[in-house]
Amino acid sequence: MTGPQATRGFVGRPRVHDPGLPPGQYDARDDWPVLSAEVTPALSTGDWTFRVDGLVAEPRTWTWDEAQALPASAYEGDIHCVTTWSKFGMRFGGVSLDVFLDAVRPDPSATHVVAYSYTGYTTNLPLADVTGGRAWVAFRHEDAPLPSEHGGPARLLVPHLYFWKSAKWLTGLRLLDHDEPGFWEQNGYHARGNPWEEQRYAGD
Amino acid sequence: MQVTDRATGPFDPPTAFAVPGRIAVSNRAAAVWQRAVLTEVRRETPTVSTFRFAVPGWQGHLAGQHLMLRLTAADGYTAQRHYSLASPPDDSGHIELTLAHAEGGEVSGHLHTVARVGDAVEVRGPLSGFFAWPGDRPALLLGAGSGVVPLMSMVRHHRSHRLAVPLRLFVSARTREDLIYAGAYGEETTPVLTREGERRRLAPDHLAPCFGVGAPAWEAYVCGSNAFAEHASRMLVDLGQPVERIRIERFG
Repeated sequence: MTGPQATRGFVGRPRVHDPGLPPGQYDARDDWPVLSAEVTPALSTGDWTFRVDGLVAEPRTWTWDEAQALPASAYEGDIHCVTTWSKFGMRFGGVSLDVFLDAVRPDPSATHVVAYSYTGYTTNLPLADVTGGRAWVAFRHEDAPLPSEHGGPARLLVPHLYFWKSAKWLTGLRLLDHDEPGFWEQNGYHARGNPWEEQRYAGD
Repeated sequence: MQVTDRATGPFDPPTAFAVPGRIAVSNRAAAVWQRAVLTEVRRETPTVSTFRFAVPGWQGHLAGQHLMLRLTAADGYTAQRHYSLASPPDDSGHIELTLAHAEGGEVSGHLHTVARVGDAVEVRGPLSGFFAWPGDRPALLLGAGSGVVPLMSMVRHHRSHRLAVPLRLFVSARTREDLIYAGAYGEETTPVLTREGERRRLAPDHLAPCFGVGAPAWEAYVCGSNAFAEHASRMLVDLGQPVERIRIERFG
């Protein structure tokens, strides 16, 4: 089948074209749906650590207090979930991934990363998608601690890709010289997940 | 590739959630939109109906999988949503979706109030092997509201193949009138009504008989609102269900 086929009688919501809304998405407005397939872990900040390893000169693990002492930065903007909701103007606070990566000194051969959740969830990203001020370890949402059901105490935040890439309960990042599909990617999702190109499923 | 850091050894996540997907998903099928023709609408409750579609090219699915449904307006505007499949895998050439009429729901509203038999929509899928149940392991199913839909696909699969593997379904609804598939449950199911009869939500004592000595090694499937998913999954963990054998589908 080529383009979409019109559905008899379907008019859709009253709408104005919103240039901030990628194709196939709708504005979730006040909702922030929770979409995770695992049991929410009871993870205190005292138990949380963040490790960056793999193809780096100096693998390193940060404790919560050490991570909090790093230069903070914020993201304010839109989030797009593959399940078709988008949410405008979300505010997250945390530390840029650049800060962590600079500290471990990536090997020039590193091209991809796999993000690890405390639960064992994984997701893969090109290194270029998490450097240059495009990704954070987020600790706060709207000036409050990130709720555990949304990945607190710390989640990855890669707002320019579909939200399943922003792994909840983040505890590690491994640098690789190849792409290695993560959890949903092994389950049929797209390797990169760019909302503006509707990269939802493998083959899109 | 196993990356080993000499200083601290390989990185191991503290828990083992990232079990491989149960099912190898056909990426090609998931990428293709197919035409689906509405053949029947059945009322389940005052606000929930089952929509049956003929999809001649449907390659089949596994109980618990979902699909994406797309509607297109005359001006090219599209709306798409994920829905769980209610029908069992072997309902040849047909699929069924059971949808609540959500307040202001753009897609569910259209299907409930405008769509009629003979209309065509588009679907792609089946999607995601994670929540799928192939019928191979004992299944403990906990659903609330329309969260029961993918679980009913599992019950139907279990019945149609007369599977010997144990299966238990706990389904929570506000009232008997709100209970989806109320007439279709058998001995495998325990309905829990929160606003009439027992008037309480799913509790550990409902589930405890499933966890005694000699109980099956369950694969647990939880589906419902986020609040229900949090409540039910914590209860399972407290009863001793391993976290890596709890699969959750949340309806935001």
